[in-house]
Amino acid sequence: METVFTPWQSLAGGALIGVAATLLMLSLGRIFGATGILSGLISPGPSQDRLWRLALLLGMVSGPLAVLLLTGQMPVVQVPVSAPMLVIGGLAVGVGVTYGSGCTSGHGVCGLARLSPRSLMAVLTFMIATAATVYVLRHVIGV
Amino acid sequence: MRLLSTYLIGLIFGVGISISGMANPAKVLNFFDFAGTWDPSLAFVMGGAVIVTFIGYRLVLARSRPIFGEGFGLPANSTIDLRLVGGSALFGVGWGIAGFCPGGALPALGTGRWEVLLFVAALMAGIWLAKYFQSLGRASTANS
Repeated sequence: METVFTPWQSLAGGALIGVAATLLMLSLGRIFGATGILSGLISPGPSQDRLWRLALLLGMVSGPLAVLLLTGQMPVVQVPVSAPMLVIGGLAVGVGVTYGSGCTSGHGVCGLARLSPRSLMAVLTFMIATAATVYVLRHVIGV
Repeated sequence: MRLLSTYLIGLIFGVGISISGMANPAKVLNFFDFAGTWDPSLAFVMGGAVIVTFIGYRLVLARSRPIFGEGFGLPANSTIDLRLVGGSALFGVGWGIAGFCPGGALPALGTGRWEVLLFVAALMAGIWLAKYFQSLGRASTANS
C-alpha cells in the first residue's frame, strides 16, 4: 500500500511529541514512555501514581478528536495487516517492550535526547529487527 | 491542576502522533520497506521529536526539581544486557508484523478503529504475560 511522503507534517508532529516529552519532565519529572504508562496502569502500585498515567492516556486518546475538531478530518489510519497478525504483533510488542524496558517514545525519543547508550542500543536493535521483519514478510514470504 | 496539565500534555502528544503519521501502520511499515514502497516520513518524526526533547531536557533539567514533583525520575540503569537487546529485538519483530508501536497505537485508540483496539488488547496481554514471567523468575531465584 503506497503512502504519501509528508516531511513537514511529520516534522511538526515530531516537534509536538518533543514538546509533550519536555513538558512531562518539567511538570512531573517523568520520562514520556508509552510502555511505562501502560505497565504502570496494569500493575499493582500506589493509586495516585496510576491517576496521572490515566490522565496522560486520556489526553493521548483525545489527540485524534482534537485533530478532527481543528482540521475537520480524522487522522488517516490505514491497516494493511490481518487481524491474526495484529494479535501476534501486539503480543510480541508487549513482551518485547517489557523486557527491553521501553519503546519508540521512551527509548527512541526521551532516551536518545538524554544521549543514553542503553537507549541507543535499544533503538538500533528494534529498528534493524523491524526492517528485517518487514523485508521477510513482504519480499520473502510475500504477505 | 496537576492532573489537568498531565491531560493536556497527553493531548499534545496525541495530536503530534496523529499528524506525524506514527499512528498509521501503512506509513510505519513503508518507512521500513526500503525494497518496496519506501516512505521516509518517519525519519522526520524522530528527528523533530529528538531535537526538541534534547533542547527541552537541557532547559528543564537545569532546574532543581519539577513543578509537581520532588525530583527528576531519570533511569539510573545503564547496563546493556541480553534482556535489553532481546526485548528490543522482539519488539522490533512485533512492530514489523503489526505496524503499530505503543506510542502510536494509544493515541490511535481515539479514532475508534477496531484494529487499534485489537492491537492494544494484545499489547496489554503481552505486557501482563511478560510481567508474570518476570515475577516467576524472581520467585525461583528467591527460592534457590
